[in-house]
Amino acid sequence: MIDKQVSSIPEAIADISDGATVMIGGFGASGSPIELIHALIDQGTRDLTVINNNTGNGEVGLAALIGNGQVRKMICSFPKSSQSKVFPELYSAGKIELELVPQGTLAERIRAAGAGIPAFYTPTTVGTVLAEGKESREFDGRRYVMEPWLQADFALIKSEVADRHGNLLYNKTARNFSPIMAMAATTTIVQSKRLVAPGEINPEHVVTPGIFVDRIVEVAQPVHEDTLIGQGRAYP
Amino acid sequence: MSIGWTREQMAARAAQDIADGAYVNLGIGIPELIAQFVPEGREFVYHTENGLLGMGPPPSEDEKDLDLMNAGKKYVTAAAGASYFHHADSFSMIRGGHIDVCVLGTMQVAENGDIANWSTGAPGAIPAVGGAMDLVQGVKQIYVITQHETKHGEPKLVERCSMPLTGPGVVSRIYTDLAVVEVTPDGFRLVELAPGISFDEVEQKTGAPILPPAR
Repeated sequence: MIDKQVSSIPEAIADISDGATVMIGGFGASGSPIELIHALIDQGTRDLTVINNNTGNGEVGLAALIGNGQVRKMICSFPKSSQSKVFPELYSAGKIELELVPQGTLAERIRAAGAGIPAFYTPTTVGTVLAEGKESREFDGRRYVMEPWLQADFALIKSEVADRHGNLLYNKTARNFSPIMAMAATTTIVQSKRLVAPGEINPEHVVTPGIFVDRIVEVAQPVHEDTLIGQGRAYP
Repeated sequence: MSIGWTREQMAARAAQDIADGAYVNLGIGIPELIAQFVPEGREFVYHTENGLLGMGPPPSEDEKDLDLMNAGKKYVTAAAGASYFHHADSFSMIRGGHIDVCVLGTMQVAENGDIANWSTGAPGAIPAVGGAMDLVQGVKQIYVITQHETKHGEPKLVERCSMPLTGPGVVSRIYTDLAVVEVTPDGFRLVELAPGISFDEVEQKTGAPILPPAR
């Protein structure tokens, strides 16, 4: 019987080892799988390459993972945040690497990995410093830059509803990068607010089909990053 | 003595040039104000990069949902008829040419339509690009709203951008506190002056030649 549920958060992330590449869903504070990230801090896994649009907020979640020295390299589109000094300080001190990728290119590189397409051409960055050193080609009289897929060992995802097959529903703009990250990672780990029986999610409504999901752990009352920041909390 | 347009008036003027039924992406800052000045009888549908088409106004405290934000990470609402989607679909709307108008702020814009609005290029600055390069390459019309000069009195409308480009030759119209300017194959051309502003003043504060209005 297919059952992707695991009983605890530490068990869900136990095999993420030093040096792994990890995609983390979320845009700003919405959709961030805070409980999974905090478990990764507890586990102490180091030398990670993390893929996320940003670099976290406050001193919780992704910002705390970075602040704890567990991240060797960030791949993101917008590493600055009015709500966090963690990444800028480490970056200025030369203690963390950055691969800057335009947001749409980041999304498409992730999607391409999930779709088995090793590279694609995009007009984004043509004529800018971010295209320097990249292969480019003309199609129908317009120039495009080649971008490679972006694969990962693990994806950490937050969903609203899941069943044991791994079918997922999200909540509003908390969806953001999660569906494509679930496709692109070798192992996709989901924390879900609700777990329901197969059939309770209308197949017409499924956003992420279960084939893209490997493990699900129920986190019935997830904390929201903005709530923690509002309380002035830091993790651990 | 200058009078010119306020930020709100600049936004209201730009809104006049957006067609009924347009799919619109608004940058952070003055562009966001456009949503408050939709001309009567028109409906704009707002796209926000993080995965919402049909963005509504900011929520009341009761309506606020921590999972409903815009690309500027501010809390928003979803209008009737809205849809949610993932990031790759969102940027397919942008890159695929499905969004009609994008209105952005800028640091510099050149007479050939080049725009520089993502990095000053200063050494040691942390680079951050977000979706700006995708927007300027993909959206059908790129409009810029900006003060005509920097806080230090330097022109923002220039012959060639000195800062790193976001995209080459993409801007078609510029709305400033002094004037509406279009980018033509012959360079900047004045479309309209703000109240109390003379062509001479605009010419003097523009860092490139500017043509008088057509006709």
